[in-house]
Amino acid sequence: MFDRLHAMLIKELLELRRDRWAMFRLLVPMFIQVLVFGYAATFTVNSVDTAVLDLDHSQASRTLVSHFVATGRFHIIDRAATQREITQDLDAGRATVAIVIHAGFGQYLNSGRTAPLQVSVDGTNSNTALIALGYVNQIVAQFQSEETAAVWPARIMSASPSIAAALQERPWFNAGLEDRWFFIPGVIGTLTLIQVVSLTALAIVREREVGTLEQIMVSPIKPIEFILGKAVPFFLIGLGEVLLITVFGVLWFHIPFVGSPLVMLLGSSLFLMAALGLGLLLSTLARTQQQAFALNFFLVNPLFILSGFAFPIAAMPRVLQWFTLINPLRYFLVVIRAEFLKGVGVGALWTDLSALALLATGMLGISVLRFRKSLD
Amino acid sequence: MNLRRIFAIAFKETLQVWRDPRSLAIALLMPLMQMALLGYGVSLDIKRVPLCIHDEENSQTSRELVQRFVASHWFAVAHTLGADRAVSDAMDRARCVGAVTIPVDFSRHLAMTGAASVQTIFDATDANSTNIAIGYAQGVIGQTTADFQADWAAARGLPTQKAGKVDLQTRVWFNEGLDSRNFIIPGVVAVILGLVGAQLTSLTISREWERGTMEQLVSTPVTALELMLGKLAPYFLIGLVDAAFCLSVTAFWFHVPFRGSLGTLMFTTALFTLVVLGIGYLVSVRVRSQLGASQIAVTLTLVPISLLSGYTFPIDQMPAPIRAVTLIVHARYYITILRSIFLKGSTLGELAVPILALALYAAIIMWLAASGFRKRLD
Repeated sequence: MFDRLHAMLIKELLELRRDRWAMFRLLVPMFIQVLVFGYAATFTVNSVDTAVLDLDHSQASRTLVSHFVATGRFHIIDRAATQREITQDLDAGRATVAIVIHAGFGQYLNSGRTAPLQVSVDGTNSNTALIALGYVNQIVAQFQSEETAAVWPARIMSASPSIAAALQERPWFNAGLEDRWFFIPGVIGTLTLIQVVSLTALAIVREREVGTLEQIMVSPIKPIEFILGKAVPFFLIGLGEVLLITVFGVLWFHIPFVGSPLVMLLGSSLFLMAALGLGLLLSTLARTQQQAFALNFFLVNPLFILSGFAFPIAAMPRVLQWFTLINPLRYFLVVIRAEFLKGVGVGALWTDLSALALLATGMLGISVLRFRKSLD
Repeated sequence: MNLRRIFAIAFKETLQVWRDPRSLAIALLMPLMQMALLGYGVSLDIKRVPLCIHDEENSQTSRELVQRFVASHWFAVAHTLGADRAVSDAMDRARCVGAVTIPVDFSRHLAMTGAASVQTIFDATDANSTNIAIGYAQGVIGQTTADFQADWAAARGLPTQKAGKVDLQTRVWFNEGLDSRNFIIPGVVAVILGLVGAQLTSLTISREWERGTMEQLVSTPVTALELMLGKLAPYFLIGLVDAAFCLSVTAFWFHVPFRGSLGTLMFTTALFTLVVLGIGYLVSVRVRSQLGASQIAVTLTLVPISLLSGYTFPIDQMPAPIRAVTLIVHARYYITILRSIFLKGSTLGELAVPILALALYAAIIMWLAASGFRKRLD
């Protein structure tokens, strides 16, 4: 058995080595993706393009505007003179936020009355809008407390001490709220899934399409040896990718890795087995490489979206949440992120790890059975 | 250029598609399934954040504060915990995303000094969700504080508002409910069309190489340009059917408000389909093995379309070099166009820049693809 497996492995490795572009096609997309994710995948809201219409021209209105600028969250692109300009800025998408300070703002504030302040936000990107609105609220609250303290220090102290329950928030595991720390570990899972599934599926279907599968089948090799021979190189490639991206993330993007490499290795191995199973399953469903390719897209994109990689699972409807339960990527992402950022042990991750193990055996088992049948 | 030869190639390609029902089914059903799945899956709306509350004091005031967290629909108060250790354990096991600790002297401090603090700890692994959850928590505390203050003043017979107050009126335009689906689903349409389109055409030429039919093709009088037009024609139709389907689902099923004109939408969609098919064809001309062509097509489409197009991550927040790269991502222009047509009701004139960019893109890709094909066998 080992002789035949050995021969099969040598054939696979030779095939890989003689395809000059194979390594290039594996590595270049990987580095591009990691770099792009590291730099482009951010929900941070900084220097939002803002248009200001200050009809008041008072000290208070200027102070308020300078508060907006000082945070660095808002970048003033237009100091408009009329309401029309503000509307045009928003319509054309030049500005995302528009601040309108009506005449009398400062006077109202000084005389202790309510001073209206109008802020319009382009909600097209709801996430940016939501976060920008949060900043607007904070800045206005800050401005107000400073303003009142400056104008009536005496009256405030004597008549109406403000009762305030302050919120002290402490973000754990990612104190700087860096999106990068969230996405780079996630890339490990999505990239290996995409590459391992498509490599496995296309490699087997190619043998079938080109006709070399029949040659292999007339050789004394057993189906299980054939599958192992195909699976082992891809498993190793997958592990290599996990390692490379981890090292790259830690060294280049300075993502902390506080967990245990062993737990990570365990999770990765289980996940790669599930991915190999998926690839094998695809190869039994497709007759041509084109079909395998299309099916791969068909499968990988939902796995990617329904994994919690970018879109929180908790925000999905109940039925889709059930779908995520059979998605190996979902569990793997929990394991990777926990190992990178939280550093928890097997104890806290045993549900995810056992779900991965279950899915790996299930997917490999079903696809091996189906594959053996498709050979007959 | 000979129309008859273009027609002949188109006819041959159509027959080939028609007689491979599995591929045709995938091409037509895939967008359907993806729209259904992804349309529901791509929500960034953070609601019912699982929250643990550790009320050390258990006084009337602290219980009221807890009640405020429970009553707001932003949080789902999952557990009330007893000790600090339990908090860190619950966070490690991801049973809750946030933990609120009300200190043992909370109400005493509030009564004596007028200021007390509540500590919240968030699992910030997902930085964006945490940012939004912190905003919600501040909202709850802010509202509660205002009410406490009003109660306190009322108990002493004082008027509540003495100081001048800024009345912040916020209005959200174009997507009034701040529904993240209205923003992401038009992007999903572009992603699906981009992926399906490239997948449709990226193997057409490499398949001829691998199967050995290229020799037959080369021996015919067809020119490179005729071959391209003939090959693209049936896929263009399939692409348009897919697009019509995805856009209908967006408007009628997910109820993304449609405020623009149908003509503009159809024109720009056809343009984008052309670009997408052209990219697939270009890859196919350049790479002779189907495996290689498919890998390159994935690399060229999946990552740029899903990351650099502004589909989820706003382009204006990216560092300048990456922003420059996004200029060559075709989906970027189409997504801008789709969002503007759907949410803002923009007209052809207002969209001139992205439309011209797409047209230029189409011209360059077509030229590269047509000139990249050589009628030679080596």
